[in-house]
Amino acid sequence: MGYVIAFMVLPVAIIATYSFFQRGQYGGIVYSLTLDNFARALDSLYVGILGTSVALSSTVTLLALLIGFPTALAITKLQPQHQNIALVLVILPFWTNFLIRTYAWIVLLSSEGLLNQGLLGLGIISDPLALLYTPGAVVMGLLYAYLPLMVLPIYAALSRIDPSLREAAIDLGASRFTALRQVVFPLAIPGTLVGCVFVFVPSVGNFIVPELLGGGKTVMVGNLIRDQFLKARDWPFGSVLAIAMVVMLVLLFALQARITKRVLGQG
Amino acid sequence: MTGVGKLGWVLAAVCFFLYAPIAIVIVMSFNASKIPFQWTGFSTKWYSELFANASVLEGLRNSLIVGVSTMILSVVLGVLLAIGITRHSTSSAVQALALAPAIIPDLALAIGLLALFSAISFPLGLTTVILSHTIFCMAFVAAIARGRILQIDPALEEAALDLGDTPRGVFFRVTVPSLMPAIIAGALLAFTLSFDEFVITFFTNGPSTPTLPIVIYSMVRFGVTPEINALASLVLLFSVAIVLISQRSVKLSQSI
Repeated sequence: MGYVIAFMVLPVAIIATYSFFQRGQYGGIVYSLTLDNFARALDSLYVGILGTSVALSSTVTLLALLIGFPTALAITKLQPQHQNIALVLVILPFWTNFLIRTYAWIVLLSSEGLLNQGLLGLGIISDPLALLYTPGAVVMGLLYAYLPLMVLPIYAALSRIDPSLREAAIDLGASRFTALRQVVFPLAIPGTLVGCVFVFVPSVGNFIVPELLGGGKTVMVGNLIRDQFLKARDWPFGSVLAIAMVVMLVLLFALQARITKRVLGQG
Repeated sequence: MTGVGKLGWVLAAVCFFLYAPIAIVIVMSFNASKIPFQWTGFSTKWYSELFANASVLEGLRNSLIVGVSTMILSVVLGVLLAIGITRHSTSSAVQALALAPAIIPDLALAIGLLALFSAISFPLGLTTVILSHTIFCMAFVAAIARGRILQIDPALEEAALDLGDTPRGVFFRVTVPSLMPAIIAGALLAFTLSFDEFVITFFTNGPSTPTLPIVIYSMVRFGVTPEINALASLVLLFSVAIVLISQRSVKLSQSI
């Protein structure tokens, strides 16, 4: 426990303290209390970046949900021994190098990339499309990176549902779709929310995908925090941004826990 | 069973989506042409160039040092942590705190650690990277070990004590062997996580000791080259192999 406190609690405490201090003339920290950093974070420029991050991450989460839910459902319909194989197949890319998976999308999307060459070759387009360095490319990269994190918790929730509940609904006259909508979906809500949080949280803080696939044109809050720490050397302001991000994510966790409690309470 | 058929297509499409980009990189790594997207023939020359690239080799060396050190530290601490939180603490807040480093955004952890090391004026280098990797790898090891500890019958340890073994002997002769599959799985996972980790390394590393992901990062920023394709393929296959072995070990630990 001592290790956790030393390397986990202490850093958070230091960041929290820094946020009240001022930036020194040469990038150090001047230990005088101020709330200026918080006021600066409310500047429309930074609020805008936070808005972009939330909007992009929400899009990623929604897409991951739309793809991940049917995927998880499909896995539960397989034979038990095939289910394990399918799960390993889905999670395996997640354990591989994140930079390389992002890099693969540069190969696919760049103007001489394979997607453009394929479309040109088929005569569908006459000029290469600008696919890379767009917000769309950022969404694609994040979706690719975090889709497994959506599938796993939904699968866990779906596989815990007693199949006889669904059969009972069908026996009582519900159509397959109605049984899915009225019996399976509500019971899968807790797992689905966990999946959404698992996708949203790392998406918001990501700075690699916006940099490599967004070409620096799509700035997210992760890039901003990174730049404050490593380029502008304005640690107090970077700390404020990091705290804003973490507070937002904690609120999200709390919301998820609350909804889950309510759903389970009713059930 | 038309519903299953449709869902089967969804699964196939998702697997295609997940694997096609990786497969393309691997195929391109055998392309003889220097121009990234023109196939001119099969060649393994990019692989041999890779092994002549000094910065790649240095990155590999640093990554292996960090990976192995992190693995050892996080297994020892992670297993102790797991025993602590399952046997000696019923507080859910303590349990949540112990596993938190696995969930907190890596960027937040990274800047926090950077701030900590700079506050105590600890010079950045491989030591700080290892300490930082350990904090989140340890949480993963603890999570795996905890699942195994809950399955072990405490009567086994009590029996050993009753038969006259010392608490220390019980730990090494009963507890550790029965945790072995979880320890192996956790160790392999910790190693892969550390080997591929970028964000925390980026913040807590000094300039003179780049790890392999840092080297890869500086390479991919300048675009697509066949050499990166070759390096990427090797790193991908390496991680996949370790994760598969670790999965087997977890399965083994569940079946015993």
